[in-house]
Amino acid sequence: MGEVIPARHSHPTISLEQVKLMERQTRRENLGRAWYKFSRNSLSLVGAAMVLLVLLLAIFAPLVAPYPEHVKPFTDFANAKLPPSWAHPFGTDEIGRDILSRSIFGFRYALWMGVVVLSLVVPPGVLLGLVAGYFQGTRIDTIIMRITDIFLAVPPLILALAIASILKPNLSNAMMAVSLMWWPWYTRLVYGLASTLRNEYFVVSAEVSGASTAHILFREILPNVISPIFTKISLDMGWVIIIGSTLSFVGLGVQPPEPGLGTMVASGAKYLPDQWWIAVFPALAIVLIVLGFNLLGDGLRDMLGAEEI
Amino acid sequence: MADILTFNDLKKHFVIGQEGFLRREPITVKAVDGISFAVQEGETFGLVGESGSGKSTVAYTTIGMYRPTTGTIRFRDKDLFADKKRPLALRKQIQIVFQDPGSSLNPRRTVAQILALPLRLHRPQENVLQQTAQLLDMVELTLEYMHKYPQTLSGGEKQMVAIARALATEPSFVILDEPTSALDVSIQGKIINLIMRLQREFNLTYLFITHDLSLMRNVASRVAIMYLGKICEIADAVEFFRTPYHPYTQMLLASIPVLSEEEEALKPRKTVSRGEIPSPVNIPSGCSFHLRCPRHMDICSVVDPVMVEVEAGHSVRCHLFPPS
Repeated sequence: MGEVIPARHSHPTISLEQVKLMERQTRRENLGRAWYKFSRNSLSLVGAAMVLLVLLLAIFAPLVAPYPEHVKPFTDFANAKLPPSWAHPFGTDEIGRDILSRSIFGFRYALWMGVVVLSLVVPPGVLLGLVAGYFQGTRIDTIIMRITDIFLAVPPLILALAIASILKPNLSNAMMAVSLMWWPWYTRLVYGLASTLRNEYFVVSAEVSGASTAHILFREILPNVISPIFTKISLDMGWVIIIGSTLSFVGLGVQPPEPGLGTMVASGAKYLPDQWWIAVFPALAIVLIVLGFNLLGDGLRDMLGAEEI
Repeated sequence: MADILTFNDLKKHFVIGQEGFLRREPITVKAVDGISFAVQEGETFGLVGESGSGKSTVAYTTIGMYRPTTGTIRFRDKDLFADKKRPLALRKQIQIVFQDPGSSLNPRRTVAQILALPLRLHRPQENVLQQTAQLLDMVELTLEYMHKYPQTLSGGEKQMVAIARALATEPSFVILDEPTSALDVSIQGKIINLIMRLQREFNLTYLFITHDLSLMRNVASRVAIMYLGKICEIADAVEFFRTPYHPYTQMLLASIPVLSEEEEALKPRKTVSRGEIPSPVNIPSGCSFHLRCPRHMDICSVVDPVMVEVEAGHSVRCHLFPPS
């Protein structure tokens, strides 16, 4: 029994309920179209499946891992360096811990690293890019973008190494170090897009109506840069995890006995090539998670039409 | 009739760079270089010019995208640039429809969201959904369009939404910046009819910017011709097409393509058009048109002519019509 809107022209009268129904229908159609574009590329489905698998394993690690107690301080020298078997599908390490169990818990650290770093990095990076792009050509633009350039000029891994070694070497310092060097990429990406969009007539039109700067930044410009941001986030998950594992590998990230994937590769490297499984399976776990996010990112790019990345 | 918008010696120069090695001289583009005219309440004022003549700069200055270099624009005796930031009450009165409907609608916002912005800003006490529905109805679109995204609309439909958005603030003055030039010929007529009907219904005043003279013959009550940032000739539309005085106007009218002998007979005597519009960075000395003018005299390359009212309401800026 909704409110009825009278039509002055030849159109039939229509109730607001019908309008809402049409809105839902449009949304469903858009979702269907997006899924079609995403699923057209079978590799992106593989990527999504890999990411989903890693996510589920990480969340339910204590239930899935065959020897969850091997993650805590634990030694069993009688069963050290066992090759892969039914009891230990990935074998055991130099002090007898089950590598499969530790790899499953290792996913937690890897994902945690990626999620924390990106949630620290994306909001300020995007905001700075939006502001600099919208105020393109002004002093605000110059200040923001020159600072961004300075950060981009520092070799990322070396900066992270320096910070992580000055402060106490642990996971949170590694995440802080990586975050500090990662935001400029988002600023640069968004700046490039926003500085073009700010001259589009729809932005001018909002200005003419008297819309606030916040409305223009977040309602007019941001929705047009959100697809490339999401694509970059997915691709960056892989990169951040690689950098995090690298820092763990050189001893500046996850500290033993906690099961960081990079830490496990580092301790297993000593036993190559004879006890290859100690290093190779954690390394393959890194490959799985990074490859998954990269394929997913490619799929998102196809789906969202973000060719800029 | 009362004047609604008055341009008084408006100039808009852009600095686009610097030249010279030791003494840096700014390079300026004189996009608009001293124009004065008044648009009257309720009329359709046609501003015609080639691309690069500065007609769009006039539009963008009026809506407040640029501030004038010198000169003023007054809206019913209020200076549009009195405040640093234009007050909402003035923004409400002056709206614009852009040339390219593809770029003027945000591809990530639905038609309802696009129309809601001006409604929320300028008519906050009213029911947004109800008003959105009325706006769509006003531009002859059905309510199904509410939740569509611009990329699913045709060019004509997009322009209808752009018109609805301009009217959402209930303005009294609307700038139409080549509203049909990006559209199919078949849809142009429909949009023009819509624009003219809305003018009658809401008593709107239009500043209609175009390069299409034949369109002006049908819709404008007065016409001004712009060339390199200046107005050459300004007259009532009927006068303008019957007895154009300025050689540039004659050249433009003669170059309108026609289909029949009768139409050909209506045109001014054959004038040879030659040359291209010069760059506004390097405006010729004297009368800026003298290089292309079929009737140029010695004085034309030295002295810039002044506007002379040849007949009531019909002014020309040309040395053929010296001030008496």
